[in-house]
Amino acid sequence: MTTQLTTPSAVTTASVGSTRHEAPSGGLGWAVRDTMAMVWRNLVTVRRVPQLLVFATVQPVIFVLMFRYVFGGAIKIPGVRYVDFLMPGIFAQTVSFGAINTAVGLAEDRTKGLIERMRSLPMSRSAVLAGRTLADTFRNVFVFALMTIMGFLVGFRLHAGVLPFVGGMLVLLLFGFSLCWLFAFIGLSVPNAEAAQAAAFPLIAPLTFASTAFVNAESMPRPLAFWARNQPLSAAVGAIRACVLGGPTATKVIISIVWSLGMVLILAPLAIWKYRKVS
Amino acid sequence: MSTSAILAEDLHKQFGSVQALRGVSLEVPTGTVLGLLGPNGAGKTTAVRILATTIRPDSGRAMVNGHDVSKDPQAVRTSIGLAGQYAAVDENLTGHENITLVGRLNHLRVPAARIRATELLERFALSDAGDRPARTYSGGMRRRLDLAAALVTQPPVLFLDEPTTGLDPASRAMLWSVIEDLVADGTTVLLTTQYLEEADRLADRIVVIDGGAVVAEGTASELKSRLGDTIIELTYPHRAAVDAAMAALEGHHPTRDPAGAAIVRVVMQDGPTTLRSVLNRLDGALVPEAVAVHEPTLDDVFLTLTGAASTSSVIGPSTKQSKKSKNSGAQ
Repeated sequence: MTTQLTTPSAVTTASVGSTRHEAPSGGLGWAVRDTMAMVWRNLVTVRRVPQLLVFATVQPVIFVLMFRYVFGGAIKIPGVRYVDFLMPGIFAQTVSFGAINTAVGLAEDRTKGLIERMRSLPMSRSAVLAGRTLADTFRNVFVFALMTIMGFLVGFRLHAGVLPFVGGMLVLLLFGFSLCWLFAFIGLSVPNAEAAQAAAFPLIAPLTFASTAFVNAESMPRPLAFWARNQPLSAAVGAIRACVLGGPTATKVIISIVWSLGMVLILAPLAIWKYRKVS
Repeated sequence: MSTSAILAEDLHKQFGSVQALRGVSLEVPTGTVLGLLGPNGAGKTTAVRILATTIRPDSGRAMVNGHDVSKDPQAVRTSIGLAGQYAAVDENLTGHENITLVGRLNHLRVPAARIRATELLERFALSDAGDRPARTYSGGMRRRLDLAAALVTQPPVLFLDEPTTGLDPASRAMLWSVIEDLVADGTTVLLTTQYLEEADRLADRIVVIDGGAVVAEGTASELKSRLGDTIIELTYPHRAAVDAAMAALEGHHPTRDPAGAAIVRVVMQDGPTTLRSVLNRLDGALVPEAVAVHEPTLDDVFLTLTGAASTSSVIGPSTKQSKKSKNSGAQ
């Protein structure tokens, strides 16, 4: 009888959490929670420094205006209004330029000593990078929304409906996510944010411009055309473009998804290895 | 478990062509403070980073709170707090968010981490600034925030890498008293510093390293007693008297206080004879307000040990790592 009465209070005492570690670290559960904490941290930064988001959209807006009104008249794509051809390319350009942010952000965290602190914590070794690449992917969602509105303002129309468009954007987000892992590796390989920026552009340029994002590959010299047709950004553009313009989409979507998953499978372990090694 | 919270044996670490550590051994008994002293580039930070598991040693062994840093780094990480050379705070997060984040990454639940953050902000006199982004903080506030974040899980072992470098005296004094409180509560601290005053005040034992090797170790007074010079310090009420006293002590090589206080210093070269001669010369208006006889400061020890290391007149450290100098002995 007496024991039954004391039981509740014993339970209460036990359930009051101490400030000590709850469990030995490791395991997928903790990796996920650590990653969520890092995503939260990176998104708070975006909210606190909205300029970052504004800058992220300024460049694509300029590209939209430039290609729509300056070059657009001179570029003829058979059977398509150029603006409808252009906007999928712009969306892809947005994620590729946005991925530079991953490199710059990580390089900054490193020079400020934040990575050093994280490495002394019992957190998952992959969470700093996963938190960064996921947060940058969320940021892309927001930039996509702004760019879509921008597109509609300059005459962009969906020919295959809203659902395929949303699906195509998801394929593109996955591509952006895979690219972020490449830039995570770069961000950890350079001494500071400026170097990250400088190192990123030579990679971004051939990916974005030597592609089918803004023009068809037909007019390019043969080796370049081969590259432009068979590289991952063009694959992503092909997928979203098919989702916008209609016609056969499944193959293009699958090719892009395979590219992106392949990149994540190779680049994520590479970047995490770099994170463990970096000093 | 051993009674040493930190034990390092023969640590070596090379970065490219730079030999950062060439066989450093340390032992910090539980609940004590070890001051790791040395000039820039001596290897202090490298030693701390190995012990805090952020880099691995090339060779050697280290145990922190009973866990091997190479074999079980995650266990070490649950036992330590690290406050780095430059405050590792996220400028865009508020003070409260910074501590909460480190708490979450230490696997506290979010509510527990928040409560702890509030407590720590209060303890470090940052409550009022707790909801402001850390980029608005002064240098001293950042250091306090950094230290607060390192304490989020009440770790039994704390690494402080030059915690007060670049701080104003008030901020420094505040950090010192916080560290003293932590030690009073039983925390083991490894503190690196370039400030001898800091080591003198906080550390139970001091290890001096230079060029990646231990050149001396002992208590502050042990280290100081290895130096000969004792100094007579004459305090005057105002600066005008200092000039006159300097003139009167011609021949004893008097020196002024580098900080500009109305103090004249004379090296007591011949023991009490010097003291007597000095006081004989100071009569009338030159009689000082106060006379003190000072043993050498840690600054003197530091300069002698690290400056002399390269010219092979290291003052006989009894450790295995000493590079040379059995013959040069004391002086």
